[in-house]
Amino acid sequence: MKLVPTAIQPIGPFFHFALTPGWESGDRSAGVMAGPNTLGEHITLRIRLLDRDAAPVTNGMLELWQADANGKYNHPADTQPKTADPNFHGFGRLATDDAGLSIFETVKPGQVEGQAPHINVTIFAPGLLRPVYTRLYFEGDPANASDQVLNLAPADRRPTLLARPAAEPGTWHFDIYLQGPCETVFFDV
Amino acid sequence: MHSHLDLENQPGYQYPSYHSTAKRAPSRSLILMPHTLTERTGPVFGKTAVSPTDADLTRQRAGEPLGQRMIVEGRVRDDDGNPLANTLIEIWQTNAAGRYTHKLDDFCAPLDPNFSGHGRILTDKDGKYRFLTIKPGAYPWNNHRNAWRPAHIHFSLFGPSFVSRFMTQMYFSGDPMLELDPVFQSIPDKAKHRALANFDIGLTEEKFALGFRFDMVLRGPDATPEESHV
Repeated sequence: MKLVPTAIQPIGPFFHFALTPGWESGDRSAGVMAGPNTLGEHITLRIRLLDRDAAPVTNGMLELWQADANGKYNHPADTQPKTADPNFHGFGRLATDDAGLSIFETVKPGQVEGQAPHINVTIFAPGLLRPVYTRLYFEGDPANASDQVLNLAPADRRPTLLARPAAEPGTWHFDIYLQGPCETVFFDV
Repeated sequence: MHSHLDLENQPGYQYPSYHSTAKRAPSRSLILMPHTLTERTGPVFGKTAVSPTDADLTRQRAGEPLGQRMIVEGRVRDDDGNPLANTLIEIWQTNAAGRYTHKLDDFCAPLDPNFSGHGRILTDKDGKYRFLTIKPGAYPWNNHRNAWRPAHIHFSLFGPSFVSRFMTQMYFSGDPMLELDPVFQSIPDKAKHRALANFDIGLTEEKFALGFRFDMVLRGPDATPEESHV
């Protein structure tokens, strides 16, 4: 018989000293997921968290989970015949700042089992009684067209899942709207 | 609607009496997706993620914090009943006076220089954990007139995969503020007891600290979508 999972509750506004240590004193180094020895195309993700009125959510927290540049997860359940990059863990966590922004330095993930390159993003914030889950895909990637999960989203809302290239090479913008006319697609995972 | 989640036992996103939900809770339906390798994997944390003093919040600073000493112990399992070993648990809480060591907490209660208010531990091979801390206080917030959050400890757990990621607040059985708190009330009635710690004389250490039990069940990676009526 299945046990019933414990009830989820929101993160609250005062998590930083426990979950993102250093953040309160301006240390943003937790956003560095890839070091100089990490293999692959190094990228910067500028992710903004916005509410219904497009106002920045300044007390949220984002968690990223992704494969390495070769499309391998640093996890025992990934039995693909590939070697995980020892210089890449795949997990990143940052609070949002006064502009609702979190900046991650990582590598573009490789393809996993035919999926387009993507990063799972979990969003926690006061006012979210449960976290919300979305995926970040890369605008213009030819594999997007056949991605099974991306294509579950209605075509008119699919662009909410696409990071857009910035003017600076290697930098991508991704805006997450929790609610409203531009509401991001959130997944039931 | 189909869901991976047991929605009858979880809060929904929209909950008007918790005012912060108004502009933040998603209003569109979630898109049900199959679990791929991305969801069947998740971050793994080793022994280096914690140090021995992380689980004893009374010994992190030069002196002992003020307040009622309290042991919080429990077991973490997945929904098949399997113990979840080596799972990272992170907790945070107010001090005995109801104040967080957070620079944005402006509650006019004293800070305690001997209390950080956060702890970490990896569950053991049986999924067990044990923190020594002090009992947190209730504190006011701006949700409505004379609003107070019941005393609670925040819990954050990873579990073995992306979908087992879990966050909650542990409350205390019998706290009279629970019925006035919209955050706790957002939990469906039949599920509320799972967010409550219970006093346990068996965990209580003579002439030292009260014991409270708080067990948690996390979703497993293979949960299949089931019919839900919420």
